[in-house]
Amino acid sequence: MGATTIKPQPEKLEAVVIRFVGDSGDGMQLTGTQFTDTSAMFGNDIATFPNYPAEIRAPQGSLYGVSGYQVHIGSVEVSTPGDAVDLLVAMNPAALKTNLYALKPGHTLIVDIDSFNKKNLEKAEYTSNPLEDGSLDNYRVIEVDMTSLTKEALKDVAGLDTKSISRSKNMFSLGMIYWMYNRSTEYTIDFFNKKFKSKPHIVEANTKVLMAGYYFAETLELIPNSYTISPAKMPSGTYRIIMGNTATAWGFLAAAEKSGLELFLGSYPITPATDILHELVKHKHFGVKAFQAEDEIAGITSAIGAAFAGDLAITTTSGPGLALKGEAIGLAIMTELPLVIVDVQRGGPSTGLPTKTEQSDLLQAMYGRNGESPLIVIAASTPANCFNFAYEAARLALEHMTPVILLTDGYIANGSAPWKIQTVAEMPEIKSNRITEVKEDWHPYDRDEKTLARNWAVPGTPGLEHRIGGLEKDAVTGNISYDPKNHEQMTQIRAEKIERVKFNIPDLETEFANEGDLLVIGWGGTYGSLHSAVKQMNELGHKNIGYAHFNYINPMPKNTEEVLSKFKKILVCELNSGQFASLLKIKYSKFDFYQFNKVQGLPFANEDLIEKFKSLV
Amino acid sequence: METTVEKKYTAKDFTSDQEVRWCPGCDDYVILRTMQKILPEMGVAREDVVFVSGIGCSSRFPYYLDTYGIHSIHGRAPGIASGIKLANPNLSVWIATGDGDAMAIGGNHFIHVLRRNIDLNIILFNNEIYGLTKGQFSPTSLIGQKTKSSPYGNTQPPFSPGELALGAQARFFARVGGGSPKEMGQIFIEAQQFKGTSLIEILQNCVIFNDGCFNHLTDKDVKEDKQIYLEHGKPMIFGKNRDKGLVLKGLKLEVVTIGENGVTQEDLLVHNAKEQDPTLHYMLVRMEYPLATGVIRSFSDVTLEEREDDLTAQVKANSSFTKTDDLFFSGETYEVK
Repeated sequence: MGATTIKPQPEKLEAVVIRFVGDSGDGMQLTGTQFTDTSAMFGNDIATFPNYPAEIRAPQGSLYGVSGYQVHIGSVEVSTPGDAVDLLVAMNPAALKTNLYALKPGHTLIVDIDSFNKKNLEKAEYTSNPLEDGSLDNYRVIEVDMTSLTKEALKDVAGLDTKSISRSKNMFSLGMIYWMYNRSTEYTIDFFNKKFKSKPHIVEANTKVLMAGYYFAETLELIPNSYTISPAKMPSGTYRIIMGNTATAWGFLAAAEKSGLELFLGSYPITPATDILHELVKHKHFGVKAFQAEDEIAGITSAIGAAFAGDLAITTTSGPGLALKGEAIGLAIMTELPLVIVDVQRGGPSTGLPTKTEQSDLLQAMYGRNGESPLIVIAASTPANCFNFAYEAARLALEHMTPVILLTDGYIANGSAPWKIQTVAEMPEIKSNRITEVKEDWHPYDRDEKTLARNWAVPGTPGLEHRIGGLEKDAVTGNISYDPKNHEQMTQIRAEKIERVKFNIPDLETEFANEGDLLVIGWGGTYGSLHSAVKQMNELGHKNIGYAHFNYINPMPKNTEEVLSKFKKILVCELNSGQFASLLKIKYSKFDFYQFNKVQGLPFANEDLIEKFKSLV
Repeated sequence: METTVEKKYTAKDFTSDQEVRWCPGCDDYVILRTMQKILPEMGVAREDVVFVSGIGCSSRFPYYLDTYGIHSIHGRAPGIASGIKLANPNLSVWIATGDGDAMAIGGNHFIHVLRRNIDLNIILFNNEIYGLTKGQFSPTSLIGQKTKSSPYGNTQPPFSPGELALGAQARFFARVGGGSPKEMGQIFIEAQQFKGTSLIEILQNCVIFNDGCFNHLTDKDVKEDKQIYLEHGKPMIFGKNRDKGLVLKGLKLEVVTIGENGVTQEDLLVHNAKEQDPTLHYMLVRMEYPLATGVIRSFSDVTLEEREDDLTAQVKANSSFTKTDDLFFSGETYEVK
């Protein structure tokens, strides 16, 4: 049953930001993902961000139990989930109260008036009903008795309890939105059929409510017109919507297949990194060994063991876990084993803000270990390119025989976006340092002349038996050495080995302008916000603003100084108090760096960026 | 599942070129020599043997064996060894650890590695003291023991490694004196043959910081009277004159003398190391007189690798995915022209 009724000519929009908010149990994530997937199939560019409470089952109707899902769809390039919202769907007073700030004045608010009863208003700490007291006069409010209409729609469906009935009302709102944005209901109905294959009455109920919402919107005079967002111009190919954490997991799968190694994950659950573990445990069919350890330390030490034994070894965590892994990372540096450590950053310090995003683990990644212990640090910048940077982290670890820290963050890890599927054949080669043949006068720390990577002899290989460990090694034999000069030499070799990685990574590129008045610099997960803000400046006529985004933090691309020298002013924007700026200041001290920082557990807001940029040009 | 080999080795094949740096007279020398001597008898190829250690005197062990080895960080050998074994189940993986490494800083890993039952062998050098940091009390030091960090006597009650291990579901537990190479070698072989995590506690004398702490149990002239060396299927009998034995009286083990009060050898308990129920093993582990040595528990159970292999085989059989591309193009995809 698809919708085929004739509609008035819809109004064309370039992009729209919709936020669905309701109680944790209201099914807002499902509503959001259905709208996202349907729009993706239609060809829109998309960015999404879920926002759910840390509590698993918060009390119904409470302010802290509000769960939300924001989706930004466009016929033009979309690189963030958007700041201000064009349409807010609020399923109860608490959801309205906590989200109204985001709705643009004059724009549309859809509410379920059935939920605006005395009890819910009190729970949301409203002293008067916002639907009646004039506080919503600046918005176009569409009041719908959604709960009653849902019940009415389902009165003839047998076998449904009250709970299932009230849980279906999210589909009523979805049906309305499908009509408003001129979307087909077909994809979602297919989804019901697949998901509830064995429960035909649930399929029937959801479909009925979805269509009831759709036809309700069509006949409702309160909605004067529908909108359409044409397909975006995107490179041709096969796409899917992917979440950052899934993309990270898949990048490792691809790297394992490409390198011919088995993938080993040692991990301990921690928000917001756990979804990588959830994803990789599914893939036993590819021989993935995913080991849920007793703690963060065993997560990484089991991975170090697997790396010693010849697997592509990774461990996944967030900030607090990275702190716990510090000593073991030092061991991987000392033993020069290939290992990837993924840190999906969240707000810190300590337990901090587990479900919020921040870029404040950068210096921990760089220096959070005893002794001088350099390693490679790279950062993904979009949900989709988590795939490429997970792959890249594995490639660099194997080619340079070193641990690599891959930084992502809660924002890109939980966000989703279209991913143009890359086949393993398209991915760059990975040349590991594995050796199997016994050579005369062989030592475990024999190095590749160019990269300084040591060779990788794994247990089970006859004739290459050797011992490694955390004690300092003799530069030649690899045996324990307490010699002062040797220690200094080894310290230099370990540093130089990482420095030379710059010859194996791409140069830094600038967008919008290669030279000019202002260079905006970002790194990691802020790409979407910064890219779109600089683009907007460019469209406003500021053609002398360039944008350089760093995915390679340590070492930095070899042309960094040249890029910096082409601009009069340099502004470093990051979601911390200036950690990347401090690295740039140490390394490129002849330049002055302006900073724009935010440490609120939230991404950059577009208008704040624009204001900052304007103040500098 | 280690592959057995025909190749003949000698102790020399397993001896590395590194100078051994323990204190003269340390029991660690006995343990090392026993291991080097017994490895050729295990039927495992040298390249398939891996020794893993944490930090402490005992943790130097891997450097002295010409096998694969990794000397890691304090308390973390179980994690590293688990990763090695899961990465390559064909390897024979050994952990050398001490009382502090295993039960203080590494306590969490120690109990979990036993619980999981990965096919690893753990040699626990228990000297009831911290040696490498020069003489502080350890989690097995006795109450009242005077050490560098307890000058007026230790106030922290000790762990009994066997008791802790059985509580953590250890399937294989053995105990042996540091000066008993013959029994030790036999136990190493049994541990190697056992599929699952084997724990061997060695009462290891530290000549510098806790000299003689086990003398009352391990000295040649008292050993036979103070220890009972348990062997599966054999009666629990001990004593220089082989006239003492163990019986179960109510919920307690009791020492009896054969020939007294009508006791005959038939009345003695027969050791069943393979019994799943650990109750009697637990009593034996806790027993102070005589001290139980030998393989106290050896219950065959499914290993973690076996469970994982079975699951992997099932998943593979039911999956249509063979390459990652199959996954990437599965489910909801769409074309952009």
